[in-house]
Amino acid sequence: MKDFIIPDRDFGTPAAKSKQMVTLNIDGFDITVPEGTSIMRAAAEIGISVPKLCATDSIDAFGSCRLCLVEIEGRNGTPASCTTPVAPGLKVHTQNAKLKQLRRGVMELYISDHPLDCLTCSANGDCELQDMAGAVGLRDVRYDAVDTHFRVKNTSGEANPNYIPRDDSNPYFSYDPQKCIVCSRCVRACEEVQGTFALTIEGRGFDSRVSFGAKTDTALSSDCVSCGACVQACPTATLQEKSVIEIGTPERSVITTCAYCGVGCSFKAEMRGDELVRMVPYKHGKANRGHSCVKGRFAYGYASHKDRILNPMIRDSINDPWQEVSWSEAMEFAANRMKGIQTKYGRQSVGVITSSRCTNEETYLVQKLTRAVFLNNNTDTCARVCHSPTGYGLGQTLGTSAGTQDFDSVEETDVVIVIGANPVSGHPVFASRLKKRLRKGAKLIVIDPRRTEMVESPHIKAAHHLALTPGTNVAIVTALAHVIVTEGLFDAAFIQDRCDWDEFQDYAEFVSQPHHAPEAVEMLTGVKAADVRAAARLFATGGNGSIYYGLGVTEHSQGSTTVIGIANLAMMTGNIGRPGVGVNPLRGQNNVQGSCDMGSFPHELPGYRHVKGEAVRDIFEKVWGVQIDPEPGLRIPNMLDAAVEGTFKGLYCQGEDILQSDPDTKHVAAGLAAMECVIVHDLFLNETANYAHVFFPGSTFLEKDGTFTNAERRINRVRKVMAPRNGYADWEVTQMFAQAMGANWNYTHPMQIMEEIALTTPSFAGVTYEKLETMGSIQWPCNEKAPEGTPLMHVDGFVRGKGKFINTEYVATDEKTGPRFPLLLTTGRILSQYNVGAQTRRTPNVAWHDQDVLEIHPHDAEVRGVKDGDFVRLASRSGDTTLRATITDRVNPGVVYTTFHHPDTQANVITTDFSDWATNCPEYKVTAVQVSPSNGPSEWQEEYAAQATKSRRIAAAE
Amino acid sequence: MSLNAVHEGPHAKLIYMANQIAKFMESKPHAEGVELLAAHINDFWEPRMRRHLFEVLDAGGTNLRPLVLDAAAKIKRPALAA
Ligand code: SF4
Ligand code: SF4
Ligand code: SF4
Ligand code: FES
Repeated sequence: MKDFIIPDRDFGTPAAKSKQMVTLNIDGFDITVPEGTSIMRAAAEIGISVPKLCATDSIDAFGSCRLCLVEIEGRNGTPASCTTPVAPGLKVHTQNAKLKQLRRGVMELYISDHPLDCLTCSANGDCELQDMAGAVGLRDVRYDAVDTHFRVKNTSGEANPNYIPRDDSNPYFSYDPQKCIVCSRCVRACEEVQGTFALTIEGRGFDSRVSFGAKTDTALSSDCVSCGACVQACPTATLQEKSVIEIGTPERSVITTCAYCGVGCSFKAEMRGDELVRMVPYKHGKANRGHSCVKGRFAYGYASHKDRILNPMIRDSINDPWQEVSWSEAMEFAANRMKGIQTKYGRQSVGVITSSRCTNEETYLVQKLTRAVFLNNNTDTCARVCHSPTGYGLGQTLGTSAGTQDFDSVEETDVVIVIGANPVSGHPVFASRLKKRLRKGAKLIVIDPRRTEMVESPHIKAAHHLALTPGTNVAIVTALAHVIVTEGLFDAAFIQDRCDWDEFQDYAEFVSQPHHAPEAVEMLTGVKAADVRAAARLFATGGNGSIYYGLGVTEHSQGSTTVIGIANLAMMTGNIGRPGVGVNPLRGQNNVQGSCDMGSFPHELPGYRHVKGEAVRDIFEKVWGVQIDPEPGLRIPNMLDAAVEGTFKGLYCQGEDILQSDPDTKHVAAGLAAMECVIVHDLFLNETANYAHVFFPGSTFLEKDGTFTNAERRINRVRKVMAPRNGYADWEVTQMFAQAMGANWNYTHPMQIMEEIALTTPSFAGVTYEKLETMGSIQWPCNEKAPEGTPLMHVDGFVRGKGKFINTEYVATDEKTGPRFPLLLTTGRILSQYNVGAQTRRTPNVAWHDQDVLEIHPHDAEVRGVKDGDFVRLASRSGDTTLRATITDRVNPGVVYTTFHHPDTQANVITTDFSDWATNCPEYKVTAVQVSPSNGPSEWQEEYAAQATKSRRIAAAE
Repeated sequence: MSLNAVHEGPHAKLIYMANQIAKFMESKPHAEGVELLAAHINDFWEPRMRRHLFEVLDAGGTNLRPLVLDAAAKIKRPALAA
């Protein structure tokens, strides 16, 4: 479905939020707008565009260009319409002889210091300076400027000191100062929208220039995080996407959804023919409100990367090179193997892994494949390794496995706890929205072993940073509860009304025990009791309190317990069920929420309904015409154990790279190697494919239709903007495979899959593509009771009825430091890379992060003789690897930190197979390690690289 | 493999996992803990894992925490291999 649209209208200034309405008259038309609206915006609402240069509706008005002048009856002079608010009864004129003359004068000045190469300028057709010259009727420029910023040499042939050459250092956009009109839109966008403060205006008057910080800083070496907000705000060709410089302006656009993180930003994919010219965040996208990060806006180059595999491939053994074959041969080969395995080893011997990168419709089909075609429940998803404890913990306490708020809610929060998450890196657009609120006065509490960018950044400082020892989340969260309960700061009225009061009494007794006091756990957590007390008081009494958490909470042996503890905190302080509060898991991958919703877990049918429920099975049995196994199936770790044991032999793995993303790489490799048929369905020959027998090429999000569900339960459309380069969208591939296995599936569009989801899953009952088309997006549950979806959950009561308090006893992980492994390793991610990096490593994003590095405290480095940039050996009880060290006090002594974006690092060779007690989500965030100097790759890294190279061979076509 | 360092034997991992669940449930009243522990294993452990657990239980349940032993009667014994 193509959506041809003209650029979004720019109203000049942001919408005012007041409920008070004001009526005024502009050019003879009456208009009623909220108090605080600018005259410029009011005029725009009745279709009158007052000429403007320095105003745009993503940022506050500044009033510097003086082009937007108007006359107001009874007032002196010609005020700027962008900075003048409306008032009742005003009579405004936007166009008359005086205004025309003034505006031409302004434009003449601008144009006299601007190169007149419009025809060959990259912004030709997309330049507001050009538009305004036209709008004000500029016909000639009377001055010939002596001093300019654009002439390389001055009139006497000497180098022009005002000329600054173009800065092309950023891989995605260039900065060409000669075209700058110093409107400061970029500077304000960087401050207000992104919150990075990388840009400033240096100098005054004629000398004022936009600068990336210090004089020596280029765009790349500055603090800039390449979000592109400034590029989008720039009215001229000064800051411009290199893709536009290369290709030209787009001619149409299609609204779609970012395929990277769980924020789920909406974008306009701007196209020329079937070439993608640029991605522009969509102003009406409710998750991102017109903002984005470097990944979504710029890092789409992987879609056309040369490594992408476009033809199906098969091989008998993983020691053979790959053979390219036709789709039908690949299907036949795969189906025969899987059927053979099931005949020989039984119904339970095969299974699937669904992807959190694929659409809801695709995920639904993959779990349906195992349930309705393989006839078992052996389905799992990589959400296992990230957010499965969220499902368990929130399901137990609140009754539903999802975040309670929408992202807009952050605008009304007063105190925010961010625990085990670094939104600046992981969920950048949410971070920008949070920072905006923090700059307006909300207070922040960060609970993280590491001093993340959230703790301190320009104009942001956390009120409390509880830098706990990795693995002690439960102790801290319970200590916070202890303070709130024993100091009587809980919200008794809310608890009585919404929760089970008796249960709360039990819980209160539990947390009041002296061994939960901040003083008692100080030695354990390494956090000063006074800080914990102060943070607890702030959260309980500071107004609307919200909690945002990430993988630093879930990826622990007590991940589920911490999630329960977080829900307890929110309930006892009455922070559930209205804007500005709530419990908000920040999801890693774009469709983690969706893949969980769609029944990817082995014990749950779509909509989080246990397979043991006869009524639920009945619904699916009727629609699918098969009998559904009432026993839970195998989780990923079970599949691997069973493979090593010899009872699990075949796997269809869509869009995941378990060899890289799952813990204890050696165990995963052994499991995969023991299987007789591994089918990998992906864009690239990923690490798992080294052990595969069949490769189905995948399609990118640009090449298919479907939906993603983001961390706020928002179902967003993904729209096909170009034909799949591999020939088929992923749902079509799964369908072909199911057909080869004998299933009678005949979907012709993902829309029909959504119809089946709505038919079988109550929380999706009201979702249709039609409604998504008209509403833009829908937050589930969407059904008869909530036909337009549900932005806030648990408003009048908890989904489970009464909120449930559950005791959270701290149990130390068995992964302990000792003389051999004295340091604790914790892991995380960085902004420019995504998950295992398969996509982002294949884009110019590597300019910011070309390898994983180990952060180590100066003290720990010194005693080991490790210098900044040295190769070090990182060893744990599981294995060892090498990477470079960087010395920083972001981490406490005793703690080291790394990311896991690059396969060569093999960080998961280090991680152990300890896991969450309830869900077996692996304990990635705590591993006891030792660090020592090293001179190169470990043995395992070398062996691994050799195996990978051998396994990736593709036989030459005959 | 680190888990095997905690217990010995082919079912070391399983024993470890059952005990982990027990540790969480131990902070509840005993009867509720027994009930919930059994329910948790019935809901999340596939038949193959439960079969292994019963192999341990039937052999006397060495190394399993008492709560697991108390819950054994409520854990569903899987039907023979399908
Ligand atoms: S790209 Fe983003 S961070 Fe960089 S200067 Fe522009 S607005 Fe600031
Ligand atoms: S770079 Fe663009 S947005 Fe920034 S001041 Fe210059 S013209 Fe304005
Ligand atoms: S990666 Fe996340 S924050 Fe960045 S554009 Fe995509 S959805 Fe938005
Ligand atoms: S647009 Fe109002 S002063 Fe520039």
